[in-house]
Order: sequence, then structure tokens, then C-alpha cells
Amino acid sequence: MSAAESYPDDLRYHPEHDWARVDGDEATLGITWFAQDALGELVHYEAPEVGSTVTKDQPCGEVESVKAVSDVISPLSGEVLEVNQKAVDEPEIVNEDPYSEGWLIRIRVSDSSEMDALMDAEAYRAHVAEQ
Amino acid sequence: MEATSLERTPLYARHVELGARMVPFAGYEMPVQYAGVIEEHRAVRTDCGAFDVSHMGEIHVDGPAAHAFLQEMLSNDLDKLSDGEAQYTLLTNEQGGIVDDLIVYRLAHGQYLLVVNASNRQSVYDWLKEREARGTEIRDTSDEYGLVAVQGPRSIERLGLPDRPAFTHELGRLDGIEVMVSRTGYTGEAGVELCCADEDAAALWDAVLARGATPCGLGARDTLRLEVCYPLHGNDITLDTDAISAGLGWACALETEFTGVDTLRRIREEGPERKLVPFVMEEKGIPRQGMPIEGGCEVTSGTHSPMLDRGIGMGYVPMTSAVPDTELEIDVRGKSRRARVVSKPIYRKEQ
Repeated sequence: MSAAESYPDDLRYHPEHDWARVDGDEATLGITWFAQDALGELVHYEAPEVGSTVTKDQPCGEVESVKAVSDVISPLSGEVLEVNQKAVDEPEIVNEDPYSEGWLIRIRVSDSSEMDALMDAEAYRAHVAEQ
Repeated sequence: MEATSLERTPLYARHVELGARMVPFAGYEMPVQYAGVIEEHRAVRTDCGAFDVSHMGEIHVDGPAAHAFLQEMLSNDLDKLSDGEAQYTLLTNEQGGIVDDLIVYRLAHGQYLLVVNASNRQSVYDWLKEREARGTEIRDTSDEYGLVAVQGPRSIERLGLPDRPAFTHELGRLDGIEVMVSRTGYTGEAGVELCCADEDAAALWDAVLARGATPCGLGARDTLRLEVCYPLHGNDITLDTDAISAGLGWACALETEFTGVDTLRRIREEGPERKLVPFVMEEKGIPRQGMPIEGGCEVTSGTHSPMLDRGIGMGYVPMTSAVPDTELEIDVRGKSRRARVVSKPIYRKEQ
């Protein structure tokens, strides 16, 4: 079952429909409700390697439904500390709970100033409304 | 493609009401999914699903010369067809390539109905018209009909229809609506395709759903057909592929005379250089049309199999690799992923 549409206030958002939850110099990343809804039921998540580097605005993995594949765009730059194995094993968790159980990766943020370029929930909601 | 340039089937409003996601397909605005591809797929494998396939083309070929004309145009043996029967067949070109794959229905002596792929409706019509023989009348009647496929192990029971052999058809009524009931489909399950007058299509759709069929979109139609290795024209079979290499020799009566038969006889005699084979991914990743298969071939159809919960596909491979259990390497967006050739169909009920 898909989750209901929501964009939590405690997250920062990238226009390519990805979110970041920042905690000190670490951040958890995922895709938004809008992104998972556009794709449909996810059947595959191609994750980056732990220890690899992800770059803001660049692909950091792929999410795939029966009909379509989409790059996950990294909202921030940094080193991958952890991949959500549950999202790899049961990608439908991303549809069911995109902001909590369905997170994708945790990174060490290399440039905290990049956060300034991300949207807050209100700005992202407005962005989604334009899609 | 501009939405305004797309055609709509008589069920368009029903799809929108049901919350379907609409996509352009073969010039039509069609539902790709309602609740979700996987759920719809499972409904057809376990119970009963309904598909709007009104976008498909209907071409009537009538007249005293219709039989002889179609026998020459189509690969299968039309002599084997009696009134009330249908046959899977190919429209072939001089090189043995496939203009379309279709089902021919013998309605009566000298009266045939061809149900063709939506994307080939015009090319099939033009092909036949250019070769039309004296004593045949060819009409594209696609806009006069609605077509609803009802597929799945419980479909006959839910529709309250009698059991009939596959590839037969008859006129009848379903909840008061006049329909041609054909024991045909594209899912590998028992079921029917119901053809009705365009203006009755919405009532027919409502009746079918009221009897418990799950509305299913083109997404599930594709995953269902690929699990049972039914080729899709434009992907697995094209003007540049021949029936023998595609494994459709069974639909070619090489002892009869039809367009391109000499080429097909030669390929049969010499053996094809490559063959269309189904495969299952051994590693994560979903094969997609156009992805390279190591050895210079490529995936012609690929998707995620809801029943096997892994990537599946078909592609042409050299004869040496066209043996079940052969390992293939597929380039999934730059990453080499292992797959294994399997025998048809990819999905079997017993599994």
C-alpha cells in the first residue's frame, strides 16, 4: 500500500524530488512521496557503494518500477556511510514509507553550505504543485 | 506527443473515473495502470482481470476471393479454419519479415475479421489494400467496435459463459449486451475477448466489472504476456525479423504459398543464425528493451516479473547460446548482470 501524500516539515528538499534529513555532519537521503507516486510500485533499488562519494545534483543510484527507471539525484555531497538494505531487499518499502523506513542512504556531508540551496517543505510543496 | 492529438477509446471516461494513469500508446490515450501493475497482474493470474483493448484494429476482408487472398497474405494455413474458429497468424513481407502478427477470425464463408495491433492498424490496412485482389472487399472497421479482454482462471465462471475450446468464437449476449465472444487473449490465462458495438462498450465494461473483474492496464498486459513469452510486434518481432528465428514457425504453413515463404523455407532448411529466447535474471536488475546482451545481441523485451519477483526478458542470441541454462551477460546501464536462458514459458502455473 502506498503512503498518503506528505512532505514533512523537518526535511530539506531537492527539486528532483529527493529529501535530506540533516543531523550534525550526517544526512539521511531518500525520494519524496511525489517521486515514488510518479514511478509506481518500486521493484528495484540500485544503491551506491558504501564508501563511495555522492555529489549534489548528480545521480546516486536508481529506483525502478515495473514500467520505468529513474535516477536518484543526490541533494547533498558526501561519503556514503550506509545503504538501507531493506530498501534494496524490499523496495516497496519506499512506496509505503518514503520518509522513514524507506530511506535510501546515509552520508557524511562534505559541504554543509550546500544545504542552503535546498528547499524547505513549504517551498517544495509549491514546487510539486507546479508539476 | 500532444494530448490533443491522441485518440480515445469509448472507455476513456471510465478509465479516468477509475483513477487510471493515462499514457499515450499507439496514438491512443490508454490506461497504463489503475491500482498498480503488480496487483493487476496478480488478479489476472489468480482470478479475473479486464482490459480495454478497443485501440486494437479490426479489419474485415470479405468476398468470394477473400479466402484465396488471405491464404496468400498470411503465414498460417487458412484452410484449417472453419466458421466460428480463429487462428494466430503473421502478415509477412517478401523478405520473410513480419508486418504484423494478428488473429484471423472466420465469421462465415468468405467473411473474415482480422484483429491487428493498434500501432500497425494503418500499415496492415495499406498493405492489404495495395495487394487487394478482385473479389475482395477490405474495410477498416476499428472505430465501430469496442473490445474488452477478460482474462484469468475465474473469468469464464464470473462471466457466466459456457466452456469452449481456445481459438473459437460465437455471437452471444452478456447481461443483455450483444457481443462476439472469442476464446483468445494475451495473458496465458483462460479467458475471452469481447467485441461489441462502439456505443455499447461502456455498458459492457460496467457489466464485466460488476461481475468482479479487476480493471487492468497496459502495464499488466505487458508483464503478463512477457511471462508467457508472447512476442510483441515492434519489440520482439519486426519487419526485420523472421518467423523462424522468432520461434513462430508453428504459425507458418511452409507447405502453402504466401508472401516471403521461400525465404522462410530457406531459413528453416539452413537453420536460423540466431533465435529469440526467454531469459531470467540471476542477479538484481531489470532488463529493458535495447540493452546489449554480450555477444552483439540485445534485449527485445524486458520487465520485472511479478510472479517470479525478478527481471525477465527476451532477446535474439546466436544459436550456440539459444539453449536453456546458457548464461547471458546483460549490460544494465553500464553494469554487467547475469541472466540465464530458460525454456518457454518463463512462468508456469505449477511454480
